Amino acid sequence: MSQGSALLTLSAIDKSFDVHRVLDSVSFELANGEVHALLGENGAGKSTLMNILIGVYSADAGTLKLEGKLLKIAKPSDSARHGIGMVHQHFRLVNRLTLTENLLLAADGHPSLKSRSTARDTLLATAREIGFTLDPDCPVGELSVAEKQRAEICKVLALGARILILDEPTAVLTDSEASSMLGAIRRMAESGRSIILITHKLREVVGFSHRVTIMRRGETVAAGLDTGDLSIEKISSLMMGASTSSVSSDKPPGSVRPHGPDLLAISHLHAQRDDGAPALTDVSLRVRAGEILGLAGVGGNGQHELVETLCGIRSASAGSVMVDGADALGLSPRQRRKQGLRVIPADRMAAALVSELDIASNLALTSVVSGRFGWLWLNRRRMERDANASIEQHEIAGARPQGRMGLLSGGNAQKVLLAREIDSGMKLLLAHSPTRGLDIRAAAAVHQRLREAAAGGAACLLVSEDVEEIMALSDRICVISAGRITGELPGDANAADIGRLILGHE
Amino acid sequence: MEQFITSWLGSTPAFAIPLALASMGLVLCERAGVLNMGAEGYMALGAMTAAVLTLTLGNPAIGIICAVLAGAALALLFGFAVVIMRCEQILAGLATMAVGLGIAGVVGRPYVHKSFAGLQPLDLPVLDRIPLIGRLVFNQDILVYLTVLIGVALWLLLERTRAGLKIRAVGEDPASADVAGVQVQVQQLVAITASGALCGLAGAYLSVASSSIWVENMVAGRGWIALALVVFARWDPLKALAGAFLFGAIEALLPRLQAIGVPAPTYLMNMLPYLFTIAVLLVAAWSGSKKGMAPAALGKPYVRQDRH
Repeated sequence: MSQGSALLTLSAIDKSFDVHRVLDSVSFELANGEVHALLGENGAGKSTLMNILIGVYSADAGTLKLEGKLLKIAKPSDSARHGIGMVHQHFRLVNRLTLTENLLLAADGHPSLKSRSTARDTLLATAREIGFTLDPDCPVGELSVAEKQRAEICKVLALGARILILDEPTAVLTDSEASSMLGAIRRMAESGRSIILITHKLREVVGFSHRVTIMRRGETVAAGLDTGDLSIEKISSLMMGASTSSVSSDKPPGSVRPHGPDLLAISHLHAQRDDGAPALTDVSLRVRAGEILGLAGVGGNGQHELVETLCGIRSASAGSVMVDGADALGLSPRQRRKQGLRVIPADRMAAALVSELDIASNLALTSVVSGRFGWLWLNRRRMERDANASIEQHEIAGARPQGRMGLLSGGNAQKVLLAREIDSGMKLLLAHSPTRGLDIRAAAAVHQRLREAAAGGAACLLVSEDVEEIMALSDRICVISAGRITGELPGDANAADIGRLILGHE
Repeated sequence: MEQFITSWLGSTPAFAIPLALASMGLVLCERAGVLNMGAEGYMALGAMTAAVLTLTLGNPAIGIICAVLAGAALALLFGFAVVIMRCEQILAGLATMAVGLGIAGVVGRPYVHKSFAGLQPLDLPVLDRIPLIGRLVFNQDILVYLTVLIGVALWLLLERTRAGLKIRAVGEDPASADVAGVQVQVQQLVAITASGALCGLAGAYLSVASSSIWVENMVAGRGWIALALVVFARWDPLKALAGAFLFGAIEALLPRLQAIGVPAPTYLMNMLPYLFTIAVLLVAAWSGSKKGMAPAALGKPYVRQDRH
């Protein structure tokens, strides 16, 4: 397609958080009037790059150029002044104010939006131009998700944005809403604006974008390719990386373990998100004794709600969950633990460990109710003896029973959690992103523990966004997308097949 | 009977104005998302400052202005603690309340129980003889009229101006307001300081206008009743004004009843405002639609997380 001149150029952008290098010499170029898709798995660095562009983060190195002129963006209002606007996945609107008021709030010092009536007129004109209908006088909190999104886009455009960043605009929309949104995106580009489209849905990329930039692990792996030259297969293999050279499976050869009975049987499970929207729709899964079932998918597709529902801290709206043949849905988290459920949550410090307490107490936390450490007075000596044994057995470096939990590194904290959860009563282990934020050695140790747990006869449900982790550990692989199980693959499936299911096209 | 009602209504503002000023100040503060428990202390400081300066200088106007400044200064200390240092709002509020009560007690000690010429009612002949409401409307001091004006101005500010929009946005969703370019901390500091000023004025009214004397414990829990009134008023300054007059009318009824010889147990009657406060809070908690009308971010310190 014919490109306009380069409107915006980001070159050699570096960014680190602490010691983590999140962006490594990333480049990105946006032309006038194009829809430019920015792709990559979670954690690839897309959001960080965009946050640098709008001034939420500052880059450690690299340059930004707008129409050939060097640009300095230190805070969000700088980017707004240069006509760069972002529509976040989590809308930045004050719920109790109307859309007009939200626009006025952001329009401080904007020359043409002085009064309520001009702000309202500008909103309506913008909406008409891109074919939206909206009510500028309704409190934003009463709008549906799709309406809120249209409202946010109109707000950003009314503030004069010529470069619009859309972060997964269709993730929260129904199919018909999504197609009308994509049509509007096309119209915005035709009217001379430039759009950066962050998405996971490759069909949208192929159908609606002009060019594609793909990021992986903080690097640009493909910059500004013409969408016309690409196929969905090509894009997904670029995103996943190493697609053909299947990850050297660490699975012991011929590991067709004799699987036992179903220890976890989920059938037709439905659950809702906090805001009442459906999170899980008709989810059915089963995990047998001695098996690791990997549940792959992009984060935010219902994994969090599934784990919470299984733990007993979110209620299901329909369906059943059987643990070892007994119904679990009606039980409290404590009763489920008695049934043999053990959990490694995604956010271990928030949902499993107490960072202010010492390590011995954290290890004892789940068995205190059993009376093992005394009924009235706590048997501190016994707690510390048990803790010492755990520390030794699990090789938790640098840990003392009296040491404060919060001072341990992520990897060692995860080892403490595994030491506590994997005990003799375990029948079913639920592990959600168990190696997130861990270095390679710690991750390998966690993987080893999970394999041992399965080999010891437990059923293990591994929920992870990391496809390589899923491939390395799973006996079977299921994929979750938009709250539904979209497919099941054998444990030796290759990355491209998994990627196709994850990215939501058959 | 007509005489009774006229003098009852006429004495209502004396009880209502301190509550009205303090609760309107707290409405402003809470609309900016800050829960301010210090009103009792700001009022005491204002009452003492106004009384002492009026006694020594003989000019109530200077006393009142200094009371406003004193209340604002103490509130600014609270604002520094919660907005800049991000202290727990309830604890910081209670601490500044104690500071206010303490300063008022110590500095005011030599001046206790010395009466002085305070603020006088405006003298509007003839009009104040209108039956029933004549004394209520036409025989009051200037602060009463000012209070009504402040109520209207505050409502206009919050609901109709861009400055008010920013304050409301900060109280509802500071993160979104921040992204929209609003300086969250500045808005909160301004609202807190203004609420302290209004509480100081409320205290000044107690000592200089309604009683012309300073005694310790003069505020006697009015700061807490004002806090409850904010909930009763659903964070609306005009409703806070109306609610304060309702409370004032109840409080004003007691001495009137005693004056005409109605036998009533004094202790029970003195409890009435507090019983009414509890009832108001119960009703508010009960009827409040689940999420209520409270500013969504009330009491939650805002920490910007997205900067590294």
